[in-house]
Amino acid sequence: MTQRIPVAVTVNGTTHRREVEPRLLLSDFIRHELGLTGTHVGCEHGVCGACTIRLDGAAVRSCLIFAVQADGHAISTVEGLAPERGRLSVLQQAFQDAHGLQCGYCTPGILMTVSAFLEDNPQPSEAEVRHALSGNLCRCTGYQHIVDAVLLAAQRLREAG
Amino acid sequence: MKPAPFEWHAPASVAEALELKARHGDDARFLAGGQSLVPAMNFRVAQPAVLVDLNRVAGLDAIAHGADGSLAIGAMTRNARIERDAAAAHSHPILAEALHEVAHPQIRNRGTLGGNLSHADPASEMPAVMLALQASFLLRSRRGERAVEAARFFLGPLATALAPDEMLAEIRIPPLPARTGTAFLEVARRRGDYAMMGVAAVVTLDAGGVCTAARLACCSAGPTPMGAPRAAATLVGTRLTENDMTAAAALLREEVDPMGSVQASPAYQRHLAGVVATRALRLARGRAA
Amino acid sequence: METRHVGRPVTRNEDPRLLTGRALFVDDVELPGLLHAAFLRSPHGHADILGIDTAAAKARPGVVAVITAEDLGEYWQPGPLLVPPPPIPGMTFRQRCQVPLARGVVRHLGEPVAMVVAESRYVAEDAVGDIVVDYAPKPVVGGLEGAVAPGAPRVHDDLPDNIAAEVVQRKGDYAAARARAAHVVRRRFLYDRGASIPMETRGIVASWDAKADRLTVWDTTQAPVVIRNGLAAMLGLSERQVRVVAPFIGGGFGPKMMMFYPEEVLVPWIALRLERPVKWIEDRLEHFVATTHERSQIHEAEIALDADGRILGVRDDFLMDTGAYNPYGLTVPLNSQCTLLNCYDVPAYESRFRAIYTNRTLVTPYRGAGRQHGIFVMERLLDAAAREIGLDRVEIRRRNLIPPGAFPYRNEVIYQDFAPLTYDSGNYGPILDKALKAIGAEGFAQEKAAARAEGRHLGLGVVCYVEGTGIGPYEGAKVRVQSSGKVTLATGIGTQGQGHFTAFAQVVAEQLGVDVRDVEVTTGDTDQFDWGVGTFASRGAVVAGAASHEAAKAVRAKILKAAAEHFECAEADLEIADGKVAIAGVPEKHVTLGTLARMANPLRGAVKPGTEPGLEATSYFGPEMGATAAGVHAMVIEIDPDTLRLDILRYVVVHDCGTVLNPLILAGQIQGGVAQGIGNAFFEQLAWTEEGQLLNASLADYLIPTALDVPRMELLHTVTPSPLNPLGTKGAGEGGAIPVGALFAQAIEDALDLPARGIEITEIPLSPSRLWEIVHGGD
Repeated sequence: MTQRIPVAVTVNGTTHRREVEPRLLLSDFIRHELGLTGTHVGCEHGVCGACTIRLDGAAVRSCLIFAVQADGHAISTVEGLAPERGRLSVLQQAFQDAHGLQCGYCTPGILMTVSAFLEDNPQPSEAEVRHALSGNLCRCTGYQHIVDAVLLAAQRLREAG
Repeated sequence: MKPAPFEWHAPASVAEALELKARHGDDARFLAGGQSLVPAMNFRVAQPAVLVDLNRVAGLDAIAHGADGSLAIGAMTRNARIERDAAAAHSHPILAEALHEVAHPQIRNRGTLGGNLSHADPASEMPAVMLALQASFLLRSRRGERAVEAARFFLGPLATALAPDEMLAEIRIPPLPARTGTAFLEVARRRGDYAMMGVAAVVTLDAGGVCTAARLACCSAGPTPMGAPRAAATLVGTRLTENDMTAAAALLREEVDPMGSVQASPAYQRHLAGVVATRALRLARGRAA
Repeated sequence: METRHVGRPVTRNEDPRLLTGRALFVDDVELPGLLHAAFLRSPHGHADILGIDTAAAKARPGVVAVITAEDLGEYWQPGPLLVPPPPIPGMTFRQRCQVPLARGVVRHLGEPVAMVVAESRYVAEDAVGDIVVDYAPKPVVGGLEGAVAPGAPRVHDDLPDNIAAEVVQRKGDYAAARARAAHVVRRRFLYDRGASIPMETRGIVASWDAKADRLTVWDTTQAPVVIRNGLAAMLGLSERQVRVVAPFIGGGFGPKMMMFYPEEVLVPWIALRLERPVKWIEDRLEHFVATTHERSQIHEAEIALDADGRILGVRDDFLMDTGAYNPYGLTVPLNSQCTLLNCYDVPAYESRFRAIYTNRTLVTPYRGAGRQHGIFVMERLLDAAAREIGLDRVEIRRRNLIPPGAFPYRNEVIYQDFAPLTYDSGNYGPILDKALKAIGAEGFAQEKAAARAEGRHLGLGVVCYVEGTGIGPYEGAKVRVQSSGKVTLATGIGTQGQGHFTAFAQVVAEQLGVDVRDVEVTTGDTDQFDWGVGTFASRGAVVAGAASHEAAKAVRAKILKAAAEHFECAEADLEIADGKVAIAGVPEKHVTLGTLARMANPLRGAVKPGTEPGLEATSYFGPEMGATAAGVHAMVIEIDPDTLRLDILRYVVVHDCGTVLNPLILAGQIQGGVAQGIGNAFFEQLAWTEEGQLLNASLADYLIPTALDVPRMELLHTVTPSPLNPLGTKGAGEGGAIPVGALFAQAIEDALDLPARGIEITEIPLSPSRLWEIVHGGD
């Protein structure tokens, strides 16, 4: 008999209640139970970073956490970044302006990593940005424009106070 | 790459967790940060029937700083927290230095020190650091508790002294004497990868600059984290000159037993062991003075 | 030419959707009643299948179907051959195409043996584990040289040996050239296997709508139209009944051009049979063995030069690993064979290749697609020759560059597009000059010596390359002005991040005087446009871009004609700008494009005979041959002589891809290409055992470069427009990746002074460990 566990998970401010099998990965829960498909899955072994979300504020791999473990926790995903529909956040806008994405598959994970990173380090050096990005693989861009986008976002966020 | 089914328990107390583990024995695995276990489950290399999830257990994630400069770290303390702990950085700077090499920030946000050590991957940085720091591990079971020195904890690749009903509850790190310098250095293909070779060095000098104690331990250097007691012993009584360090590194190269990997041949790893040990010693000496 | 949009660094139209998580990728498709497929794959490199027991899998709750080759009946067919070989006299080509599910024998690790369809992917994987297959392992054909050794085991029992193809091509008389050469340099070169590793694996969702009598397939393909046509034929449906959508694709790089993958044959078939939608998403473990690879070749090459270092001729003989099947024909080895000639005036060339079957995953083009190997061989030969002659490595290159007056330059050998290889245009000297200046080549000897005095080992690399791009046969585009005044463009190619939604919009906006944001581009949906070939060979921007240009020009003509009728004036008196047509000099006399579009689609009344409704045009473009881009990469590295890890201190790319549509997008393409080149040169290598097992089938073990491994690059351009298309563009997608192996080899030799120690680097990929063996004489 398959165990089913009730969970209540708050995602981008909305609490979702579901009953799930313990083995359901949080990445699959977010994507396929909640329909928030902005979070992507690239390796399911914690290396590529595409599935990075924020769990109680911390950037983590959603493919290495079971959905049952998120019960009672707050998650944010790429869908929660923009201030409103039709507008981009400062970080998202910087990625468009600096051409910080190509296929866009790794992008949501990178945005979630960087959103946490810039809260910790609002004035990063290029080297620090590269370190922060080292857990997110991108196969398209060669990273240069991503680094530029992060530095641009940091500058704009500082200017906006 | 979806995990096989399992029964999940999320106890709230250590006692409850130990009870569950005692009941299920080898069929059960503790789930700590999950940053090694869950990938293995996704690959279906690991298929535990039962997971005892420690993430809701109270009281396993404290960092206690002793007045003597010792540290006691709860096994479920996330690596990122240890990395950022100011007092730990002061008493044992090698912890943050080595943790910085452990995978990536997202992994350290979730991964725990106890989970890392219990996983006992010989390529992992922290077991070697624990060896060099002469840490001891508090193991608990329904039967009671016991302390096991790091040197006796790691038995082989992914094998530890933990009995089927035991949990690693706390990591105890003794204080570092005055004029002690530490360093962790590794050579990896990319930052965040398991090292091709890593060395933790701890040296203590007397007021005159003579080495009174030295410890060296390596990761990716054998079936377990590998201490290099003979190499370390040759340093005691010396002034840690370049020659002294080079000679010790040459001995260390003979003490390790690297197994090779897709990334590095055993011969290259052995060569690296000498290079990295010399550099780590140089750094540690500089920090001890 | 003054342009408003083309050539500008326009930020991308597609980005807001991608940045907010609203872009549809294949795995985002959710449908009521969706089932999930998983595949049982061969755990062996080579084995006979003695029996398959699926009973336990079928009995598992939640399992809907378990399919083996036997269940496929007539539907089980090898193939098809995607790229037939070009007609080269005297060639041998033995076609053995992949099969949907292995029948009787498995020929590579990961070859599909059975398909399970279940209520969830989790259950499907459980059931895969329930299937019991009785395998009898057979000797594995792994290494290339072993594969052609006498008495080698055979991948295909019905063939006499493992030779899949043999092709000899010649230009001039190499024997005569060699006979009068002052110097002949001969070397053996190795290039090993890697994988493309797009961040999104492959995936397919198929849904049969019985009421609409239609099948819809979402597929991560680079060639949706070809997939549509093939599926319709295989499934016995009309083309109308099949819609293939290649939505947002998370990187392609070539292997998503391969077709038909077994899963592409099977998932639509089972969806049709079950009358339920079925999804299969390749997981990363599957990706390492089930998505095609590239790059394993061994070359024996020699170069003949006169006393001044001028090339008299080149001879090359190489083996190329094609994997267990060869549906992609000869594209990769032909690219190697042709691209070896590089940007140099080589009067005589003799080249033979043999494509070899091995018990490994199929080989199809991956970014660069064989061009790497040719460039590596030629650039390495020139470096060795320069040393032998006592010439500077840059000087030997400069002396041999094809002079600017020699274009079109005919290389005679047949290229992958079936045409004799001809370089359409080029001016190579300035590219080299710019690169040398930007990297600081002049002062480098001093810089190197100063660093060495501090115990630091710096090395400089400078290598040249060409890239055949923008090949035919054709692409098409349909442009329409909507009644809102906004413009739609549809083309048949798929898009995997190249910025087509923006670059094509720029091309259209240029002609129609609208904002780039007001051009909505659709790619890869056969309901929107269903003629076309696909995105490969750096051809999307060139061929589909030219088609978009032609279609937009035709719509522009319609707009002007309609406006001229409206204003009763001459077309020459009209201007198109800001979404309006106005009489020149009388801006208040204007009409919007939307109004004209409505007028062109009257609902009552009568139109003149022959009138076509709407402001719409469809155009096709097919170049007579490919356009040849060129470039130089230069790099300064620092290598730690003790660990043999290296840091890239400076990296310069000078590139000529003709007219630039969007420099922002171009920069991204080049930077991304270089990153993959760096991975190929120094990080990525698939490691196999003799039994055909893959040792590093994970992203923790197969190392693609991170943000810390790819340096900031300086990009510079020269522009030599192509005469082959109306925009003058050449492709740019692969150039970044092509010369990097040769560059690493040269820079590392320089940094460690290897030639002075009698050591040369003749293989790629490298690694610190492998370098240590090379430097210390191990093998």
